[in-house]
Amino acid sequence: MNTISGNKALQIEEPLIFEQDASGRTAVDLPAVPQHKERLAGLKRKQSVGLPGLSEPQVVRHYTKLSQKNFAIDMNVYPLGSCTMKHNPRLNEKVARLPGIADLHPLQPVSTVQGALELIDHLAHWLKTLTGMPAVAMSPAAGAHGELCGIMTIRAALLAKGDARKRILVPESAHGTNPATAAACGYEVDPVPADDRGRVDIQAFKAKLGPDVAGTMITNPNTCGLFENDIIDIADAVHAIGGYFYCDGANFNAIVGRVRPGDLGVDAMHINLHKTFSTPHGGGGPGAGPVVLSAALAPYAPLPYVTHGANGFDLKEHDEGGTAFGRLKGFHGQMGMFTRALSYMLSHGSDGLRQASGDAVLNANYILAGLKETLTPAFPGTCMHEALFNDTFLEDTGVTTLDFAKAMIDEGYHPMTMYFPLVVHGALLMEPTETESKDGLDHYINVVKGLAERAKSGDASYFENAPYHTPRRRLDETLAARSPILRWKPEAPKKAAE
Amino acid sequence: MRYLPLTETDRREMLAKIGVTSVEALYADVPQKALLKAPIAELPNYQGELAVERQMQGYAAQNLGTASCPSFLGAGAYRHHVPATVDYLIQRGEFLTSYTPYQPEVTQGTLQYLFEFQTQVALLTGMDVANASMYDGATSTCEAVQMANRITRRKRAVISGGLHPHYREVIETLAKYTGFQVVTPPSAPQGGEDLMSLVDKDTSCVVVQYPDFFGHVRDYTKLAEAVHAAGALLVVAVTEIVSLGLLTPPGEMGADIVTAEGQSIGNALGYGGPYVGLFATRDKYLRQMPGRLAGQTVDAEGRRGWVLTLSTREQHIRREKATSNICTNSGLCALAFTIHMTLLGEAGLRRLAEINHATASRLADRLAAIKGVEVLTDAFFNEFTVRLPKPAAEVVEQLARRRILGGVPVSRLTPGKPELANLLLVAATETVTDEDMTALETALKEVLA
Repeated sequence: MNTISGNKALQIEEPLIFEQDASGRTAVDLPAVPQHKERLAGLKRKQSVGLPGLSEPQVVRHYTKLSQKNFAIDMNVYPLGSCTMKHNPRLNEKVARLPGIADLHPLQPVSTVQGALELIDHLAHWLKTLTGMPAVAMSPAAGAHGELCGIMTIRAALLAKGDARKRILVPESAHGTNPATAAACGYEVDPVPADDRGRVDIQAFKAKLGPDVAGTMITNPNTCGLFENDIIDIADAVHAIGGYFYCDGANFNAIVGRVRPGDLGVDAMHINLHKTFSTPHGGGGPGAGPVVLSAALAPYAPLPYVTHGANGFDLKEHDEGGTAFGRLKGFHGQMGMFTRALSYMLSHGSDGLRQASGDAVLNANYILAGLKETLTPAFPGTCMHEALFNDTFLEDTGVTTLDFAKAMIDEGYHPMTMYFPLVVHGALLMEPTETESKDGLDHYINVVKGLAERAKSGDASYFENAPYHTPRRRLDETLAARSPILRWKPEAPKKAAE
Repeated sequence: MRYLPLTETDRREMLAKIGVTSVEALYADVPQKALLKAPIAELPNYQGELAVERQMQGYAAQNLGTASCPSFLGAGAYRHHVPATVDYLIQRGEFLTSYTPYQPEVTQGTLQYLFEFQTQVALLTGMDVANASMYDGATSTCEAVQMANRITRRKRAVISGGLHPHYREVIETLAKYTGFQVVTPPSAPQGGEDLMSLVDKDTSCVVVQYPDFFGHVRDYTKLAEAVHAAGALLVVAVTEIVSLGLLTPPGEMGADIVTAEGQSIGNALGYGGPYVGLFATRDKYLRQMPGRLAGQTVDAEGRRGWVLTLSTREQHIRREKATSNICTNSGLCALAFTIHMTLLGEAGLRRLAEINHATASRLADRLAAIKGVEVLTDAFFNEFTVRLPKPAAEVVEQLARRRILGGVPVSRLTPGKPELANLLLVAATETVTDEDMTALETALKEVLA
């Protein structure tokens, strides 16, 4: 039954802010402008900006209604493989907003921010200890930014030896950021195939090694949710030709407190604080991607970094003629994320982090065990913290991986990661994290099984048109790309009236 | 442990279902010599909320927060009053704990606010189109240079000495590793920079800041014309976005790409991050833009809706051929920005910008009256440069001992330049009171006496 308004109870249609405008209205009351001499060199704005005017209650309702059109970890299982959608404790939000942290200016004298520098140093200590690495670059703003940091560090180390080299070996199963990063640093990307066990094909890998190889970027555990069991062998082989091993730490959540990447021969690895250490994903950031470094790479770490000086903590911001490779962003890094991540680590503790990684792996294997008869696992055996299936179970049903995932939405779940990694046909990658309860997983498994049975029963059109119960049905992505509308513009008649 | 729902009974039952005897058995692929048998002993065990909160408060208590004293710090990060509504709304779990909106049916909320954010940024900068955010102003400006290199197929950027030194250093770092050239004239705190003399046929872009690092407000219209005549692009970086509430936007001066730091609107100072980079350009360069874009479309029932679009530019599709390696950006900071901007609206932003300018202008008059203090900036927004009779870093340290954060010494960002050692950047936003100004005035007189 269609409603008169188009609303569906709690799902309320919401126009753009620009469509709710009334000239002169504001939700911020400000005092009068003090008397002053104007010093704007004749550059005072002559035309209005074109921003809409709303009152405070309108603004609160607008964003509240928008929020209700989102799925979130706070609501239900968010099994998005390779994204580590775990619970975001609110304690971390509280401490990040403490006066004395949230209101610090990045350029105030270091004598007035000793607590902040100690906090960063303490987080660095946790990161180094958990990874078994001697150094960490704190400033990268996200995982891909950490990759850039790691590859630049490697390039700086090689340049110091007078040999930048040409190629970086990247497995075909890698995240897209890996080849994009290597290319951004001027390297040629040499793809390495996966073997039939979902691991790096070690023979192919070794065959590609040579004196022009700067290093390799390998995700471990890998994007198939498997531990690269030849990893030490791979590291040794890369080191033997004078190259470096960059590990993509996106899947660190599987091994925290159980395996130290430093013990595997890793030279550099970014840690997504927004995955493993629970800083909120926030609808696509902000993140933080500190990079732990081996002793060989540590001298080339970017600026700035915290040091222990004679009068307490100090901040190294310049390095004229030194070995630091440069600077990656403004100021000192994602302090707000550091605060949250440290709060999370202190809460869990060494024992709790080890339990969390174990539970994450247990949960993924429970899904794998629960679904292996119904769906088709991509590889035999157990997995790490994510369970990967291919689309063989959908053969001859007329249902695609995409359709199947969209049907999950109507059941109250966020879809799993689809079509990634690329090395598995029609991939469905499920990462439950340690956040899910056994009851929650049982329910999830039953729903996936039920949908698989529905697909096999020949009800393809049900899937093709899913989802049905969302604020919007499937959206026309082709239209969006063909005729891009990327901002609101006043309609012509309205403009004429202005 | 309060964040972990599994009980020991659950774990036993689950292991039985999987067909293994222990969690350790699931780590069979890990080389045995690298497998830890017990929790890492060097780190402490779990703690309750109260204990953790106390420890974090301990760190906070050792710092002098800008909210607890007179503060005149700027240089690319500004303290503004953020309405309570902003922080309340961004902490709604549906925003805070959601992922990148790759599944548009269940992320229309995020997509719509990104579309509104893009519109606000385009309007403020006077440009056609803006993306859904970058990490910060510095990385955004660096992406602009790379974009100009792609568009012009040239590999040389001319960068004003008035660009924030961190921004310049980020660009120089990338240049060094990706193989393009960066040329910068010496800093000119009082103006008189001739950038066009550095532009040649290989120059992809000229990068300036508005207002510049020293606070100057300059008209770049003629520069834009000259840059275009040389076949290059003009990139204008804005570190104080509130200024565009009062100043002619760079788009009206002929800028091809406008980048900005959006921290001032909606986001805490937070000791330097996370912030939000803004990025806007002309329609004709749309397909060379870095970063995510939210776009309008229709759903299967013909209703208006939103999706991430033009993703064929991005790393997850294009891999090594992508326009940028960026993936995670600053979604939640962009949300804070867009909510604060919506609260302000046209009238509020204008008033806020006027108050900032008025406060800074009054402060400049008061400081200029102090013996030995010379105000070097004649046209500015909410920040200006003064020359002191002694090194600014020393003065700032002495002011800090009096619990006044008196400004940013230029030497903090450009060490080893004696001619800049006595220069101090002083910013005054709407948070600065007359009492704060008096405190600075009095303390400065004492310190300089």
